[in-house]
Amino acid sequence: MQRIGVFICWCGSNIAATVDVVKVAEVMKNEPGVVFSANYQYMCSENGQQLIKQAIKEHNLTGIVVGSCSPRMHEATFRKTAEAAGLNPYMVEIANIREHCSWIHKDMDEATEKAIILVRTAIAKVKLNAPLTAGESPVVKRALVIGGGIAGIQAALDIADAGFEVDIVEKNATIGGRMAQLDKTFPTLDCSACILTPKMVDCAQHEKIDILSYSEVEDVKGFVGNFNVKIRRKARYVDETKCTGCKVCMDKCPSKKGLNAFNMNLNTRPAIHIPFAQAIPNVAVIDPEQCIKLKTGKCGICQKFCGVGAIDYEQKDTFIERQYGAIVVATGFKPIALDAFNEYGYADNKDVITSLELERLMNAAGPTNGVLLRPSDGTHPKVITFIQCVGSRDSSGCGKPYCSKICCMYTAKHAMLLREKYPDTEVHVFYIDVRTPGKNYDEFYRRAVEQYGVDYIKGMVGKVYNENGKLMVQGSNLIDNEQITIESDLVVLATAIEPEPSVRKVATLLTASIDTNNFLTESHAKLRPVESPTAGVYLAGVCQGPKDIPETVSQASACAAKVIGLLVKDKLKTNPCVAIPDEMMCNGCSQCANVCAYGAITYVDKEFRLGGGKTEVRRVASVNPAVCQGCGACTVTCPSGAMDLKGFSSKQIMSEVEAICKK
Amino acid sequence: MQEVTTEKKEFTPNIVAFCCNWCSYAGADLAGSSRLTYPANVKIIRVPCSCRVNPMFILKAFQQGADGVILCGCHPGDCHYVTGNYYTRRRMSLLFSFLSYMGIEKERTRVEWVSAAEGARFSAVMNDFVKTVTELGENKRLTDLRIKEGK
Amino acid sequence: MKDVEMKMLERAKALLESGEVARVIGWKKGDFCFDPAPASFETVEELDNFVYDYFCGANLSKYLIQMSKKEGKTAVFLKPCDTYSFNQLVKEHRIKRENVYVIAVECMAKLDIEKIKAKGISMVESVEVVGKEVKVTSAYGVETLYKPDVVLTKCATCTKTHQVKDEEIILHERPARDVDRFEEVAKLEAMTADERFAFWREQLSKCIRCNACRNVCPACSCVKCVFDNPASGIAAKANDDKFEEQLFHVIRAFHVAGRCTDCGECSRVCPQNIPLHLLNRKFIKDIDNLYGEYQAGETDEGKTPLTSYTEGDAEPNDVMNGEAK
Repeated sequence: MQRIGVFICWCGSNIAATVDVVKVAEVMKNEPGVVFSANYQYMCSENGQQLIKQAIKEHNLTGIVVGSCSPRMHEATFRKTAEAAGLNPYMVEIANIREHCSWIHKDMDEATEKAIILVRTAIAKVKLNAPLTAGESPVVKRALVIGGGIAGIQAALDIADAGFEVDIVEKNATIGGRMAQLDKTFPTLDCSACILTPKMVDCAQHEKIDILSYSEVEDVKGFVGNFNVKIRRKARYVDETKCTGCKVCMDKCPSKKGLNAFNMNLNTRPAIHIPFAQAIPNVAVIDPEQCIKLKTGKCGICQKFCGVGAIDYEQKDTFIERQYGAIVVATGFKPIALDAFNEYGYADNKDVITSLELERLMNAAGPTNGVLLRPSDGTHPKVITFIQCVGSRDSSGCGKPYCSKICCMYTAKHAMLLREKYPDTEVHVFYIDVRTPGKNYDEFYRRAVEQYGVDYIKGMVGKVYNENGKLMVQGSNLIDNEQITIESDLVVLATAIEPEPSVRKVATLLTASIDTNNFLTESHAKLRPVESPTAGVYLAGVCQGPKDIPETVSQASACAAKVIGLLVKDKLKTNPCVAIPDEMMCNGCSQCANVCAYGAITYVDKEFRLGGGKTEVRRVASVNPAVCQGCGACTVTCPSGAMDLKGFSSKQIMSEVEAICKK
Repeated sequence: MQEVTTEKKEFTPNIVAFCCNWCSYAGADLAGSSRLTYPANVKIIRVPCSCRVNPMFILKAFQQGADGVILCGCHPGDCHYVTGNYYTRRRMSLLFSFLSYMGIEKERTRVEWVSAAEGARFSAVMNDFVKTVTELGENKRLTDLRIKEGK
Repeated sequence: MKDVEMKMLERAKALLESGEVARVIGWKKGDFCFDPAPASFETVEELDNFVYDYFCGANLSKYLIQMSKKEGKTAVFLKPCDTYSFNQLVKEHRIKRENVYVIAVECMAKLDIEKIKAKGISMVESVEVVGKEVKVTSAYGVETLYKPDVVLTKCATCTKTHQVKDEEIILHERPARDVDRFEEVAKLEAMTADERFAFWREQLSKCIRCNACRNVCPACSCVKCVFDNPASGIAAKANDDKFEEQLFHVIRAFHVAGRCTDCGECSRVCPQNIPLHLLNRKFIKDIDNLYGEYQAGETDEGKTPLTSYTEGDAEPNDVMNGEAK
């Protein structure tokens, strides 16, 4: 006989303010099968859990329903509670009367009525629950970090320092990412390279870290603890083990007109090149689109001059497969394309540049060796106008609806640096709001205004146009309520950032959720901010949302802590809610295996007794519970209903449907 | 138990929403924590993946008196189980088209993809669906498909 | 037709005599000329009752699920439409292909005794088909009917050709036909929802749940039917709700979607004359429109439309709003 206990949580006033929790608990006392029903302020609290444990023991409960917040929040908590009281943890169902009820309904009667139905539905389900036992799967003690920017570097270093092997897969020829392109960093104005490159070197020298540069993740199979990853090592036409980074090839290469992506295409580089001086690995790469030898078969000069014989024009992409227990995604960002923003004249005027281009123009290793010169004529600009929120907070559809978060601070940084280096320049900044939360951030911005005399104008820019070689920036000054035009020599657009487009493929391979802006979704916005909903996948840096360097580094270290916490385990509990075939019903028709994304279903010939001493051999499905992820695709494909899903059985769902529809 | 038989009560449809655990259920949670309202007659059943939803569940809901059934899952390509919602998409396209062929108003069935980040969308979808079904009125079709003397 | 029957008999005899097969599945004579029944022949003597004529409409492929498990090979005569069911069953591992000897035979469109009776002819003694003419001899004399008026519904729109690989073939040449099997589905689609509902309620209300459709259907060949599976949550219990009663045909149609070869046996055997094939054809039509032409049973391998997908598949809401391609 079923003995169900019902526990209605108030969640302080979160539930109790709109749901009559006392009434719900009272009504449940009369439900068939329910032998105990109670309400309490905070079920998840120590006392609340104690109440549940006590009731399980005293009333010999066979199943419990907790009417509380989302199961995504506390299902695990209450399962542990049940287990501690000797009840199988899977004999617990949660009725979500907070997120799906009290928080969205205002009328008390209406919300109470709905809560009653939701709790009844959970009772109907729990009555059909069966005790389940989680299996175990081993953990591969190696982590993969996808992306070798500051996020990936930090995560890799922290994981490796804890004694675990880490591979960094970086699609570019060197690690370093966007941070390597920055000149200075806010709010302390450190030289970006000076603080980044030591970490890059640490990665290269760490015995536990393997840098797979110029490589991409090609395929991912498996699950937490046991990912099997195929990695494409792109042909760089240079033997990584031989190249010494001497750069002789770069001097000799006759094809020098390739756009230098590291310098935001503001200058050129040879076909064979090392992206920048501090590149890790310090190994050349040949751009096959540009190399004369690879395109025409004639040339081979670099090979001739290479003292160590590192050049290999025959190199092909290769694939390696490795196993990992955990994966950190740190794929980073890029500035958005400005094609849709004609009003700023970016495409038409060389002297309208993005902030990242300005970083390169100010950097000593940049195209102008750190001297700020206008791209159009190489003269020193005297009036520089910054436009903030270009493509950020833009609901017009041209840009991004979100705030890119870093632009206010880097624009203040740029303005300050310019005024410091070139006191004769006049610097204006158009802004909608200046957002500077963060330690020492607002002080930093105020320094720009107060100490460095940067002219901040609250207002939007309507148009930038060229008049006799001058850039006319036409905008509104909302404080003075007037239209103004600033005659400028250089215009800098604080361009919105977006996730690096390759993240989409990575997300698909990892089955990690992604939002409408292509940011990876964290498991919980507040409480599990570095975990992807896909177990064993962690998120660091801008791939999860706009953030600056300090935040990125914190998040990367948090990821590392999560990864280390996973890798120290020898075994993981597996999800017991997996598919299970009823062999007596199974036709062996293979339809289920056809839809299984994991290859968890195989077939075996089995002998069945037919009665009267006769037997029959039939082909029947067999599910590997360690591989099955419990999606249930097979259950619907099966015509006879032989395939069912533990924890979400057909009967359970049917009974939920009935409970909801019953009038 | 709480049978209310007041005369001429405004029709409120009974809606069953199947939501996948990873995207849509989380989207509904986000709608909740963002306090984005939608009518109380929407009741959600959590399934691991939209591909767990057997047509029998939907038929059962209609037969038991549901006025509308909506199925929500991750956006195609973003399925937590890689391909689950691709199968859902085909199954439901065919099933719903078939139900329409049987004479069930097509507005009573719907598939929407709602990600975990789309709380606002979840709320908007539910409001719109409830509005549509309310306009259609009570569903008496599937409950009496085989009863000739249906009322 | 007689010459085909002779050849078939000849082959059946030879195969049994040589011991190459242990049994032959074909049709045996019934009490009347119009009710031959599927039968298994294990000896040459038994073949005395063998028949193949214009009333041998039954699809024999389903019998092979059990027969192919038996000791020794089983020979079977398959009409063009039956070969699709055969392939589908091989694909689903239900028939042990290596245990079956297939002989493909011509069909020539079978006759529907109900349609002949509906013409007011009773006590039919024999029929003779010459071209498009059917000469029916009854106790009351001889009448000539126009053949297309009295063929089985499934034969009226049949365009099927033999699909079985490595078979032995006994057939006449026949011209390709150009008929639209979806005409009636399209007619229903063009109705209003209310009209469609009225149509189907009228039709399905006739159902007496005799299970003849399920028993004859080659796609409905589950070891145990979902309606008899207590774990499915739909198996009927005495005085339970009428779920199974009401939705049997909907669920059945969905279960065979993508697997139904449109053999038309369901409608042929329905004692209440419910046009059940129009349910299955709706799925076939939608599958063709949405995912490209697909004929279940054309081959004995590969995935079905419901166990495959493309990333650009139509969205259900677009399908419902008629906006899908």
